[in-house]
Amino acid sequence: MKILKLAKENLDLFVSVLPAFGEVYAPIKRGKEFVFERPSRWSDVQMKYTRTMLPPKKLVLPPCETTLTFDPEKGYRDLLAEASKPLVLFGVHSYDIYGLNILDRVFAQAKYPDPYYITRRKNTAIIGVDFVPDDKHLASSMNADFVDSGFDLFLSDIGNDYLVLVGTSRGDDMVVMSNCLMQMPTEADFDEYKKRSQLRRDAYKVHVALEDLPEILEMEYHSAVWDEMGERCLSCGSCSMVCPTCYCFDVGDEVDFGSRKGRRIRSWDSCLLRTHALVAGGENFRAERSSRVKFRYYHKQRGFVAEYGRPSCVGCGRCVEVCPAEINIISVIQSIRGERDGTASGAPASS
Amino acid sequence: MELQAVPRHPPEHMENPYLPHMARIVRIHRMVPDNYLFQLRFLDDAVVQKWDHRPGQFVELSVIGTGEAPISISSSPTRKGILELCIRRMGRVTSALYRLPTNSMVGIRGPYGNGFPVEEMAGHDLLIIAGGLGMAPLRSLLWYALDYRERFGTVTLMYGARSPAEMLFREELLSLAEVEDFNCLLTVDRDPTGTWKQNIGLLPSLFQKMTFDPNRTYAAVVGPPIVYKFVLAELLKLNFHKDRILMSLERRMKCGIGKCGHCSVGYKYTCIHGPVFTYWDAINLPEIV
Repeated sequence: MKILKLAKENLDLFVSVLPAFGEVYAPIKRGKEFVFERPSRWSDVQMKYTRTMLPPKKLVLPPCETTLTFDPEKGYRDLLAEASKPLVLFGVHSYDIYGLNILDRVFAQAKYPDPYYITRRKNTAIIGVDFVPDDKHLASSMNADFVDSGFDLFLSDIGNDYLVLVGTSRGDDMVVMSNCLMQMPTEADFDEYKKRSQLRRDAYKVHVALEDLPEILEMEYHSAVWDEMGERCLSCGSCSMVCPTCYCFDVGDEVDFGSRKGRRIRSWDSCLLRTHALVAGGENFRAERSSRVKFRYYHKQRGFVAEYGRPSCVGCGRCVEVCPAEINIISVIQSIRGERDGTASGAPASS
Repeated sequence: MELQAVPRHPPEHMENPYLPHMARIVRIHRMVPDNYLFQLRFLDDAVVQKWDHRPGQFVELSVIGTGEAPISISSSPTRKGILELCIRRMGRVTSALYRLPTNSMVGIRGPYGNGFPVEEMAGHDLLIIAGGLGMAPLRSLLWYALDYRERFGTVTLMYGARSPAEMLFREELLSLAEVEDFNCLLTVDRDPTGTWKQNIGLLPSLFQKMTFDPNRTYAAVVGPPIVYKFVLAELLKLNFHKDRILMSLERRMKCGIGKCGHCSVGYKYTCIHGPVFTYWDAINLPEIV
């Protein structure tokens, strides 16, 4: 892989080439939260942030997307062309890049590739940045604290410079267009990278073991832990909305007033919502809240391992942050492992 | 001034699995109240030519201006040209479909799901067990087996409905039984009219009429939960292999292609891992029946 370095003072200059590759989105501060948004000026962009409220999936799998239009005369037409707007997503952490790589398995590399997702994904350039974990990140436990693919460029802080990994030909085009802003790194730069990389790894405060989790989940299928969580869960679906790898969607047709013309819209859904497993005729296969909480964790930690060889959690810590009932990846794993009693606080064990 | 970026990856040449093909309703056969057989033909001849499905697969049916619903295919892939869907008036989409006259257009995409493993079943005896509406997907398998009769050993159909009036494909099955080489065992729970000449009694009672060699038989069972409960018990009593008992599940397959998540059972998707599961799969999956 091509490795370069960029002086921090030249970052502003470098990012000025990005609009040539698409509309730029970057982490900016909104209230107390961070969000991926279009910065009105570059000084708003946060190079050091904990996590954004929503993961980058909002740009490749929009919360609400019109997929088709229909007309009784002409039938159905697709709106794929609208998905091909080029974007540059700047400042993505490794776990979120990993999250997109996991979505690729379902939407791009599966038997039926999803053309809307693929079109957006291919037209979205990703520029990663490194981060120092806080007390909610568990990306190292999920093997998502470093990524070797899924980005065009990846910037790592090494003091006065960023070490820049060039991941794709498009990333290299950005480097070329920036007209010799980048330099060759030295041995000392690599040493600095290694030192900081070790520090980042050591900074994780939360650790969960995954190796035997699929079997333990099989054993704990009827555990009272799920009933207790079902009692607490509010079925709000927040955990799914903020999850980088939750991708369930609902589909509905919207009809224009006074005609049969309209559009088919897909929108984010959550298996925590009561209607998720409802079928025509009124039967609901997951009417109980506990069954829905359980389903979510079995799908992520058990089903994904069976299907793709790894769990779908990337350790971003967003569910730790948003769940009002303190049901999250850390508390759930600790509970089924019997490492905490079911009514424990739910905050990360280390905090 | 902002530069205008050009898409590097225009989508023109990508196939869109969400886009329905238009089909015309050529005939509506009012078999049973609230359970009609719709015969469809794709407008585009290329789609008609290309169309191929397996018994046990399903399609996504769109009614323009209402929405989309998963429907199992009742016709056999051996009979080309017309797609037959046996549809119960159930929810929003199917109710809208029932309001459409003959010659109306609907959208169809698919076929989806794994279907029955017909290659693996070839060379074996075939026991098809349908309860109630379960006959809709199994009719495809029955016709397939009859059209490729030489590929199978003994073929047996056991079908139970509540009454003769509620039996799907009743006349068709009775006349098929006269000309085709298969054991056709039909039963009804009760016969209010007193004119039914076949069996009366619950579906599992038909097991007394036949003997099976569990080492050379595949059983395909589709019906409501009560049917699975009693029929599976019978099959296990007869020592049928757990991985040769096939069942088809119904969930709300909204996308049909393993994305939207609505048809998940345990951690499998009914739309791509199913809808046909072996009994062995079933007992190894949480929340399946």
